[in-house]
Amino acid sequence: MADTQFEPKLVGFLCRWCSYTGADLAGTSRKEYPPNLTPLRVMCSGRVDPTFVLHALAQGADGVLIAGCHPGDCHYKEGNYKAMRRYRMLLELLDTFGIERDRVRLEWISASEGDLFAETVADLTDKVRQLGPLNWSANWEENGERSEALQAIVLEHERAMEVVR
Amino acid sequence: MVSLTIDGKKIDVEHGTTVLQAAEKLGIWIPTLCHHRSLTPYGACRVCLVELQWPRGSSIEASCVYPAADGMSVRTDTDRVVRTRKIMLELLLARCPEVRAIRDLAGHFGITRSRFPQQDSDCFLCGMCVRVCNERMGVGAINFLHRGVEKKVSPPYDAHSPICIACGACQVVCPAHSRSVEFDRLTSHTPRPIPSEFDEGLSQRAAVYIPFAQAVPHKPVIDAEHCIRLQTGACGACQAFCDAGAIDFDQQDTFREIEVGSIVVATGFEVFDGRQIARYGYGRLKNVMSALDFERISHASGPTNGEILTSEGQPPESVAIIHCVGSRDEHYHEYCSRVCCMYSLKFAHLVKEKTGAEVYNCYIDMRTPGKGYEEFYKRLLHEGVQFIRGKVAEVTDVAETEEEEGKLVVVCEDTLLGLTRRLPVDMVILSAALQPGADSDHVARLFSLSCSQGDFFLEKHPKLAPVEAATEGIYLAGACQGPKDIPDSVAQGAAAAACALSLADRGKYVLEPITSEIVPERCSRCKTCITSCPYSAIVFDEQHDISLIIEELCKGCGTCVVTCPSGAARQKGFEDVQIYAELDGILT
Repeated sequence: MADTQFEPKLVGFLCRWCSYTGADLAGTSRKEYPPNLTPLRVMCSGRVDPTFVLHALAQGADGVLIAGCHPGDCHYKEGNYKAMRRYRMLLELLDTFGIERDRVRLEWISASEGDLFAETVADLTDKVRQLGPLNWSANWEENGERSEALQAIVLEHERAMEVVR
Repeated sequence: MVSLTIDGKKIDVEHGTTVLQAAEKLGIWIPTLCHHRSLTPYGACRVCLVELQWPRGSSIEASCVYPAADGMSVRTDTDRVVRTRKIMLELLLARCPEVRAIRDLAGHFGITRSRFPQQDSDCFLCGMCVRVCNERMGVGAINFLHRGVEKKVSPPYDAHSPICIACGACQVVCPAHSRSVEFDRLTSHTPRPIPSEFDEGLSQRAAVYIPFAQAVPHKPVIDAEHCIRLQTGACGACQAFCDAGAIDFDQQDTFREIEVGSIVVATGFEVFDGRQIARYGYGRLKNVMSALDFERISHASGPTNGEILTSEGQPPESVAIIHCVGSRDEHYHEYCSRVCCMYSLKFAHLVKEKTGAEVYNCYIDMRTPGKGYEEFYKRLLHEGVQFIRGKVAEVTDVAETEEEEGKLVVVCEDTLLGLTRRLPVDMVILSAALQPGADSDHVARLFSLSCSQGDFFLEKHPKLAPVEAATEGIYLAGACQGPKDIPDSVAQGAAAAACALSLADRGKYVLEPITSEIVPERCSRCKTCITSCPYSAIVFDEQHDISLIIEELCKGCGTCVVTCPSGAARQKGFEDVQIYAELDGILT
C-alpha cells in the first residue's frame, strides 16, 4: 500500500449545456487532468437526484462532482438553483452518514471553462486521495455481489415502508 | 382665404400669410438675408423688396413682412424691383464688404463693388440672433445696443451675459458668421458641443440629426438629452421647417412585443479601447488614433472630407500602424481578432496613395488568409510600405534626437534585424482588437446562449452547426459569435436567415425525445411538480385528477423528476433506472 498511490474512483454529473461542453473543451484543447473521474451526462444539474449521489457512493465511488451552469446562466432558467438547494441538504445528510463533505462537490463550470473543469477534477482527485478510500460498499459486500446486495437492502426498506411499486 | 397674383400667377393663401410665404408656395424666388422660417419677420435687410401694383400706381414693399391681401397684384421681377434691391445690396456691401452671404447675393445681381463709403463691419443688423435668442430659446441674453450708427448686437452693458446658456443658436442662424455672436463675447459659460458618435467625436452634430449617411431608415432623430425643446420647452425651430409635419415632441418610447418562431442574434462587437494600454498614448498623445478614428478621417464623408490630416491640419510625412493592440496579448485578449491585419494593410495603402507618406506596419505575424488577401499584401510590399516584425513597446513624444523633435516616437523591436528601433512619425494608428459588446452577458442570458472563450457566443458545433445556438430556433450571425470580416459575416448572416426560413417552411416542429411524463398510477396529486417546472409545462388535470405534462412545452430538463416525491414523473432517456445502470457500469 505504501508504494502504490491510492487512485480514487470519481463520478461526475455534468449538465449537458455548460459543464459537459466545458469538459469537452478541456478534451479538445488537450488539457491534462487525472483520469479518475468518469463523466455522466444529464440534461441539467437540476436532474441530479441526491439519491444518484448516494447510489454512486454506495456502489463504490470515493467522490462525486456535480457541475452545472453558472447561476443565472442555466439553460433551463433555474435548474442549477434547485441543484444548489439539494446540494446543501445532501451535505447535511452526508454528515449523518459520517461521510466527509469534501467528497461531494458542486461546481459551476461554463462551456468556455475547459481549464476550470481540468482544475476542478485535479483538485477533487487530490482532496479525495488525501481523504482515502470511502469503501462504503464494504458494509454490504459481505452479503454477496455489491449491486445485488444493495438492491436487497432497498427492497427490504421498501417492504418496511410499505411502498407500492 | 385670400386670393392674390404674383408675377401673373394666381394663388389662394390663408389669411395672415405674408407675400414672401405666398411666393415661396408658388416657387418664386425672392432673395432674403434676414428671413428665417422659424422666426417672426423683421424686415431688416430690405432685399426681399417687391412691387405691389395698385389701381393708381405702385409701391415697393418688403415682402417678408407685408401681409397678402385679397386681389393683390405683386411683381418680383420688374426693373424697379431689381434696381431697388441692387441699391440695398450696395448699401449692405458697403457696411459689410467681407460677408460672404452679401457678396454672393450682390454678385447674383452683378454687383462686385459698392459705390458708397466702405466700412469693415461683419454684422448687418439682421437681428436673427436677437430673435432666435428671445423667441426660440426663451433666453433673451442678447439684444441691440445703442441706436443709429452705434447700433450693435451685444449682451446688456457690453459685458458677459450671466443668463446665456451657450447653446450657439445665434451662431447657427447668423448669415454673416459675425464675430459679435462668438461665445467669448457673449458668455463666460463653456459651450458643450455634441460630439458626433459616427465620426468618433472628431466632428460635431446637431441635436436633430441623421445618424449617418447610409442609415436605415434614412430619417433624422432627435437627441432628447440635448434638444432644447425637450429639455426646457423652448426652441422647436425644426418644427417650423418640417413641411410634412413629422416632428412630434410629445412622442414617447413604445415597447412592442412581437411573437416569432426563430431569432437571429447578430449583436456584433465592440472595439477594444486603446486607452487601456496607456503606453501607446491613445487619448493622451495627439495624433495617436484608433482604427475607427482613421477610418472616419480617410472617408470622403468624414470630418476632413477624406483628406488624411494630422490634428495640426497637415498631411503626415510618416505614419506607423500598430497591429494586435489588445489581441494576441495575454493581458487583454488572447485570441487573434482576424480582421486587423487586412484593414491595417488597407490603411497603409490609403495613406501611401493619398499622402505618399512613409508607412510602417509593426506586426507580430501577418495573417492574410482569404481570397485575394495575400496578393494585396504582396502588392503593398511592392508599393514600399515598411513591415517591421515585432511588438511595439511604447509610443512617446519625448525626443532623444533632433530628428525626433515634435514627432511621435514609436519604440519597437525589429525581430528580423535583431534591433530596437525608434521610429519618428507624425501619426500612429492603433489596430485594436474586436471584443464582445459590453452587454453581451445580458444578451446571452436573454437568449440562453452559452459563451465560448473570449466571451463570444457559442455555436452548437464548431464544424457541423456553426450558425445554430444550443437552443433550438436561435441562430448566430456575424461578429457576436467570434471576430470575423465582412464576407464571413455576410455568409453567416445569410446562412442564419436560411436556417430560420427552413424552420418556418417545415411548418412543423420536431420535439426532442427526452421530454418528461407522469405515470398516472403513481401520481399522488401533490402538485409539487407544477411549481418546480420553469416552463409551466405541467398542469393539473381536474377531470382525471392527476398532473399532466404538456409535451410541446416540456424542454426536458428533468427537474420535475427529482422533485416528484412519489416517483411518478419520469424523463424519457434519463430515467432513474437508466442512470443507476450507468452508475453501476461506471463503478463495477
